[in-house]
Amino acid sequence: MTDLARIRADFPILNETVRGKKLVFLDSAASAQKPRPVIDAMVHAMEHQYANIHRGLHWMSERTTDAYEAARDAAAGLLNARDRHEIIFTRNSTEAMNLMAHSFGRGMLKPGQAVVISAMEHHSNIIPWQMLRDAHGIELRVAPITDAGELDMPAFTALLADGKVGLVAITHMSNVLGTYTPAERITQIAHARGAKVMFDGSQAIVHRRIDVQAIDADFYCFTGHKLYGPTGIGVLWGRRELLDAMPPFMGGGDMISSVSYERSTWAEVPHKFEAGTPAIIEGIGLKAAIDYVQAIGYDAIAAHEAALTDHALARLSAIEGITIIGRAQDRGGVVSFTLDRAHAHDIATLLDRQGIAVRAGHHCAEPLMRRLGLDSTARASFGIYTTPDEIDALADTLTKIREFFA
Amino acid sequence: MFDDVRDLYNQTILTRGRAPQHMHRLAAFDASAKGDNPMCGDRVEVWLKYAEDGAIAETGYLARGCEISVVSADLMVEAVQGQSPADTKALFTAFRTLVQTGECPDCTPALAPLQPLSAVHKYASRVKCATLPWLALLAALDGVNPSKPASSE
Ligand SMILES: Cc1ncc(COP(=O)(O)O)c(C=O)c1O
Repeated sequence: MTDLARIRADFPILNETVRGKKLVFLDSAASAQKPRPVIDAMVHAMEHQYANIHRGLHWMSERTTDAYEAARDAAAGLLNARDRHEIIFTRNSTEAMNLMAHSFGRGMLKPGQAVVISAMEHHSNIIPWQMLRDAHGIELRVAPITDAGELDMPAFTALLADGKVGLVAITHMSNVLGTYTPAERITQIAHARGAKVMFDGSQAIVHRRIDVQAIDADFYCFTGHKLYGPTGIGVLWGRRELLDAMPPFMGGGDMISSVSYERSTWAEVPHKFEAGTPAIIEGIGLKAAIDYVQAIGYDAIAAHEAALTDHALARLSAIEGITIIGRAQDRGGVVSFTLDRAHAHDIATLLDRQGIAVRAGHHCAEPLMRRLGLDSTARASFGIYTTPDEIDALADTLTKIREFFA
Repeated sequence: MFDDVRDLYNQTILTRGRAPQHMHRLAAFDASAKGDNPMCGDRVEVWLKYAEDGAIAETGYLARGCEISVVSADLMVEAVQGQSPADTKALFTAFRTLVQTGECPDCTPALAPLQPLSAVHKYASRVKCATLPWLALLAALDGVNPSKPASSE
């Protein structure tokens, strides 16, 4: 990206030092840093334009409602949703997937039907379905992955063969392996067997343009804080006709059309799924983040990150004793690895002393770790502000860490 | 490059980490328990054999985890050798204070084998690595069901 320096200048935190060393932040997949426009939008809302939304009849409430609802338009644009009412705001991806398990799982699936997930899901796309299985008699099926860390397509197809599968809930990009799953083929195969498809786009949306209509998805979710936005806000997109048919998730204010003690009726989507005062300031921040990402453009983002990932794979592979975990053809800017002489935690502690932030552990994907025969990995992940120099710093330090544990 | 971490990764830790002395399962044992740190994936299993007076006669462990958790388990085996269950618990309390604060007001000679871990307190995220094997040991002493791992604190 030609204006990498300009992008970096937008992220105030990148000027910070850690124990006297320049911060090298390689943990964006856990949560990304925030650019100035996001910070400013949130501060501006609190300083100049804030009240509860959808309730007040006064100027402040109306303006704040407009600003918050503009985030819905931005999210709809980001995903190329047909209808802005298809955007439901949640707290994060985790809540979006719990909403799915509750409202789609209990509301639309019948006991005896099955949900398919993959062997490389984040816990947030495992546990809600386990809870559904135990409470509602749904079968949970797990599509295996290959040793390269790709979805095993013949096995996936076979899991749908009996026509019992009502929903495929699958990651669009693994937070451990960096693997993209082939979204269009997944929806084709699933739809041919009568199953709907929900993608966990928590990682994918950060790195790639997502067009939910082009991939023919039924549901898609993401979480704001990984997309350079604030914590506390996420998005579930769903097809209008499905959302209309689904029962609400949580009950409370804002989600009803009329209430009596005998019977209440639900508001239209999306409000049916948005009980209570939402994350107003965070929604405004998310809009700023979406605008920011779109101004840079996904072509530039994808090109920058592909170059970084290639560079990282080349540099890390060249270090003796390093094993890269996941060798998918189609992958994004997340690289997990192990080192023969040091455990991931020890690596992370030593890197941290040089100001280099990586994640170490099971990455909220314990079943995947078991499949890989590992307890933990170290993971470097990249964002729009990551530089090749930072990857070189990682590689050079890893070489020295291996010597340290000689 | 890593001079500033030599307090944690000192010679004892590095040497033990490379070649733990007591990492093995006991063929015959009176109690056992597992420890599991769900935040990071460190796992340890501890086996105990009691002497006739109820003191710890032998301890073995298997650990999969970082250098700090493995070495902590290895040093723990030496520290608890011959100790009664009550003394072992008191020792853990003192050890936990040591790794949390770097200070050791109730230090007894029994704590000496654990001193190489005293710098852990400067690395807040690593304290749980050091205490994990002890939590498994205490669970074994209390006869906690071995199929249900003791969680890190
Ligand atoms: C693939 C994936 N799914 C879901 C999540 C959960 O996101 P959140 O914790 O914001 O709900 C994460 C991030 O932790 C993730 O990487």
